[in-house]
Amino acid sequence: MPKVAYLDNAASTKTDPKVVEAMLPYFNEKYGNASSLHSKGLEAKEALDRARKTIAKSINAKSEEIIFTSGGTESDNFAIKGIAFANKQMGNHIITTSIEHKAILNTCKWLETQGFETTMLPVDNEGFVSPEELEKAITDKTILLSVIHGNSEIGTIQDLQALGEVCKKHKVYFHTDACQSYTKAGIDVKKQNLDLVTINSHKIHGPKGVGALYVKQGVKITPLFHGGDHEFKLRAGTENIPGIVGFAEAVKLASKKDIERITKLRDKLIEGVLKIPGTRLNGPRGEKRLCNNTNFSFMGVEGESIGGYLNLKSICSSTGSACSEALLEPSKVLMAIGLTHEEANGSLRLTISKFTTEEEIEAVLKELPPIIKKLRRMSPIDKVVKHVLPKNN
Amino acid sequence: MYSQKIIEHFTKPKYVGEMDNADGVGQVGNPRCGDVMKIFIKVNNGVIKDIRFQTYGCIAAIAASDMVCELVKGKKLDDALKVTPQDVASQLGDMPPIKFHCSILGMSALKEAVDDYRKKSEK
Repeated sequence: MPKVAYLDNAASTKTDPKVVEAMLPYFNEKYGNASSLHSKGLEAKEALDRARKTIAKSINAKSEEIIFTSGGTESDNFAIKGIAFANKQMGNHIITTSIEHKAILNTCKWLETQGFETTMLPVDNEGFVSPEELEKAITDKTILLSVIHGNSEIGTIQDLQALGEVCKKHKVYFHTDACQSYTKAGIDVKKQNLDLVTINSHKIHGPKGVGALYVKQGVKITPLFHGGDHEFKLRAGTENIPGIVGFAEAVKLASKKDIERITKLRDKLIEGVLKIPGTRLNGPRGEKRLCNNTNFSFMGVEGESIGGYLNLKSICSSTGSACSEALLEPSKVLMAIGLTHEEANGSLRLTISKFTTEEEIEAVLKELPPIIKKLRRMSPIDKVVKHVLPKNN
Repeated sequence: MYSQKIIEHFTKPKYVGEMDNADGVGQVGNPRCGDVMKIFIKVNNGVIKDIRFQTYGCIAAIAASDMVCELVKGKKLDDALKVTPQDVASQLGDMPPIKFHCSILGMSALKEAVDDYRKKSEK
C-alpha cells in the first residue's frame, strides 16, 4: 500500500505526536478527578486551569468564559438551545445562514418544533453573509445570530466584526461556529463583539471528543447537561482532562509559519487543479478563504466517483455530491452559493493541514487529471464532450 | 461502504464505451439527481449480441451499469428484460440501500434500449 495522501483535514486531522505526549501522563499518572480535594485531584485541576487559560488567551477571552464540552456539535447545541431557552421572554426568533453546519441547522429545525422561529440568511456567490441583509432580518423578537466563521465546505471566512456591530446595535446575541477557522483565522471576542464561540480540538491536531464554548460573562444561557457544579455550573460531568490538555497543547502548537506554508500549498493546489478544462473553484480566493480549504466542481463528472478513483490512488478527499448524502440532495452550501445541481454533484473538496507535504499535493495534481478525463469519457452527457473537452483530447 | 465486487466493477468496467451503429439506445436519469445512464445494444436474431454503457454517476451507478451489461449480454430480449434490479444488486454483493435506485436505473436504461430497438425494427 503506497503512502496515503490525506487531503480531508476539514473532516479530521492527525493528532500531533506532541499533543499525544502531553496527554499521556493524564491517563495513568495524573488521573485524578479535578473536583477532588486531594493531591491527585489538585494535579488534574491545575492542568484544567492551565488549559483553560491557554484557550481563553487565544481568542482574547477570560478563563471563566471558556466552557469545555465534548466537541463542536455539543458546543453548537449548547449555544443555540442554551440561548433560546434562557431568553424566551426576550423573543423567539433566531437568525442563521444557509451555509451552516448540520449541528446548527438541525438544532434550529428542532427549535422550530418548540415554538421558535428561524430565518436563514442568504449568501453571495462566494458564500459571504451581508451585514445589510442581517440588519433587515432582525425583528423585535430576534434573540440570536449564529454564523459559521470559516465555512467547512468552501472556506469562506466571514467578516465577524461587521456582523458583530449589527448585533451590538440591535442587542442580539452573536454566536459563531469557529470549528474550521480556529487557530487559522483570527478570533478576537472583544473586537468582533462575540457572545458565544464554538471551537473544537480534532480539527486542529488535537484529540477527538473535546471542544469548548466561549460564553461571554453576563450572557444568559441554560445548560444542556445538569448534574455537578463543573464548568461554572454550565456543563455538568467530570472533565475530560487528557482531552482538554491535548486540546490546549494543539492550540499552543499552532503557528503563523504553518499557516503561511499551508496557504502556499493551497494556492499551488488551486492553480494546478484549475488547469483541468471545465473546472471551477467554489468559494473565494486569497485571504478571505480558509488557508487549508479548496473546493472544485468538474463539469460532467460526479463527485463520489472522483473520490472513489482518488481513493484507489491512496488520496483521501470529500465531495458535496448528492450521491454522498443519504437524502440524495447535493450540498446545501454549494446550492446556496448558486451552483447548479450538476455543478454541486461534480464537487470535490481537498483540505490541507500542517502535516500535508509538497509530495501529497503533487500526487493529486498528477492523479486527478486522468481521473477526470476517464470519467468524462464514461459520461453520456454530450455537452461535456462537445464543449469542455478539446478536440482530439 | 461498498462491497469488493462493486469496487471491481467501478474500477474496471468491462462494458464502458460508446457503440457505433447500435440497434437500440436507451438513456435514463438526470444530471440534476446525479445519475445518467445510457445503454447501447446490438441485436441479432432476438439476442443481445453486444452491449455498452456510458454513465454519469457515483461509484454504485457505474458498477450497476456494468453489471446490467454483464447479466444481459447473450440473452434473448425477453429474458434480458426479466432480469430484476434485485438481481443486479445481489450480483454486486451488498448494495447500500440508498444506492438501490442505481440498479433500477440500470435496468430502466436497458428497457429503453430494447424499446428503441423494437420501435426501429417495426419500421
